[in-house]
Amino acid sequence: MIWYIGRRLLQMIPVFLGATLIVYLMAFASSGDPIAAIAGDKPISPAVQQALREQYNLDKPVLVQWLIYLGNVVQGDFGVGFNGRPIMDQIVAAFPVTIRLALIAVVIETIFGVIAGVIAGLKKGTIFDTTLLMLSLVVIAVPTFVIGFTAQFVLGVKLGVVQINVGRDPSWENLLLPGFVLGAVSFAYVLRLTRTSVAEVATADHVRTATAKGLSRGGVITKHILRNSLIPVVTYIGADLGALMGGAIVTERIFNINGIGSLLFRAINAGESPMIVSLVTLLVIIFLLANLIVDLLYAVLDPRIRYAQ
Amino acid sequence: MPSDARSLRPRAEHFVAPLEETPLQAVDAVDTTSAPRSMWGEAFRVLVRNPVFIVSALLILLVLFVSAFPGLLTSQDPTYGVLGRANQGPSAEHPFGTTTQGYDVLARTLYGTRTSVTVGFFTMILSTLIGGTLGALAGYLGGFFDAVLSRITDIFFAVPLILGAIVIGNRVDHVTVWIVVVVLGVFGWTNIARIMRGAVISVKNQDFVTASTALGASRPVILLKHVIPNAIAPVIVTATVNLGVFIVAEATLTFLGVGLPPTSVSWGGDISAAQNALRTQPMMLFYPSMALAITVLSFIMLGDAVRDALDPKARKR
Repeated sequence: MIWYIGRRLLQMIPVFLGATLIVYLMAFASSGDPIAAIAGDKPISPAVQQALREQYNLDKPVLVQWLIYLGNVVQGDFGVGFNGRPIMDQIVAAFPVTIRLALIAVVIETIFGVIAGVIAGLKKGTIFDTTLLMLSLVVIAVPTFVIGFTAQFVLGVKLGVVQINVGRDPSWENLLLPGFVLGAVSFAYVLRLTRTSVAEVATADHVRTATAKGLSRGGVITKHILRNSLIPVVTYIGADLGALMGGAIVTERIFNINGIGSLLFRAINAGESPMIVSLVTLLVIIFLLANLIVDLLYAVLDPRIRYAQ
Repeated sequence: MPSDARSLRPRAEHFVAPLEETPLQAVDAVDTTSAPRSMWGEAFRVLVRNPVFIVSALLILLVLFVSAFPGLLTSQDPTYGVLGRANQGPSAEHPFGTTTQGYDVLARTLYGTRTSVTVGFFTMILSTLIGGTLGALAGYLGGFFDAVLSRITDIFFAVPLILGAIVIGNRVDHVTVWIVVVVLGVFGWTNIARIMRGAVISVKNQDFVTASTALGASRPVILLKHVIPNAIAPVIVTATVNLGVFIVAEATLTFLGVGLPPTSVSWGGDISAAQNALRTQPMMLFYPSMALAITVLSFIMLGDAVRDALDPKARKR
């Protein structure tokens, strides 16, 4: 098991390097002068420009800049943002809210998606299954921001049951609706994956044997069907965690939440490349770690993987 | 199969009557004159009896028709905004009403189809070409190439589609439809590559590939003429679903302000503009959202129906 984790960690290194390089090149090597972005409309003297270039290592080749940057990131230093605050501080301030938002979304999509998916998969072909399937398609087809506005408008403005703006220091309760909106699309995918997987496992021989042995229906479902059909679902949810952090950019904008998504959006609008690179790098790290956890969960769910190591 | 137990006696000379004497002859007869049905022919027969396929195919035809000839369905100009007629309700002249900027909602919804369909279709083509080529090469060549190409796929997979597109979209001054296509295509090919690789690996070890090798076909010929045609089905299904996903992604980028400029006619931009007028003019949000949802839905439903039709296991039930 130790060797397995070690090998997976080693495989993450080239992916991490490659992904950060792509983001770095996109943010810095493309058109636009970062110094002009700092200065804004204010004229800036050549000496100050030169000093700023040296401060941000902009006078060196892009690859060298990237290596310096990576060296700092490894030491936990993301550099200083254009507003003078260390990027790490800004991230640390914004991070907990987004983590909570993503957690709510993951919990919602997992619980509702798996339960609905199991029911649909066991009752495949019935009107219940068809209805759930259509619902999932509609949720996938309607963009998240339309779901967000509509929910905000109906629940917040018309009915007044939720707060329209979440704002500073939100409670778990305030984040419930944004979490729902963020997790909606993933809920639909989890439902569909679980349904397909459950429908396939439900007709497998070992399930018939378990039923023939006299095991209760509930026992068959939880011990023999669910556990065997969860692997693709776990894969999806793991990969989705990274996507959710990115998706937060839309949700946080709609509900005015001060998290990673808002930070990223503001950085993009201000052309603040160091911040963009730091945030996307962070999201890539989270994505890779989530995938590592998924791989470890495989071993828990599937003894074949556990014993093969 | 002999159904009569007596015919199963040991050392029986004939288990069954000669074929000519049984009625099975007619049942078992195979029409050797007709061409054998291909996987796609079989799938098509299943598809035309599936209401989901019929509905989604008709919707897609409708969407394509509207995107090709939006002018046939409305006489209004989608880019003609007059503040004097802003925020009107439905009328004979403007069936869906007008926006806060005095645009005709119906015209904008109809003309917006073209933007979304163009972005969706060409991004799908581009991402399928990139992902299909890399996936097929990785799966077919194996070994070192596979390791390198799979890591490259992992790298792009680790950068979420919207995030990558946001970073580039923000750097470009004047975003056009084609820039959106390239940006989404460059970050949206990874699932195609993974599926293509898996399909190619499962096909390349089959007997007919070995047979072509034995007959002296070169490796590129085998890949192009035998492996890819037999591995392409799941890729086509995923590409169809991706088309819908790309349309949503374009709308999201435009909504965030890093996609198409406000001067263009697109559903994402219209939805974004409608957000500000949501409390007074909810229908402004409804029509472009509805058009977007129906378009995306029809492509996803088509992909689903084709997947079910190509999978004999799903067909049986």
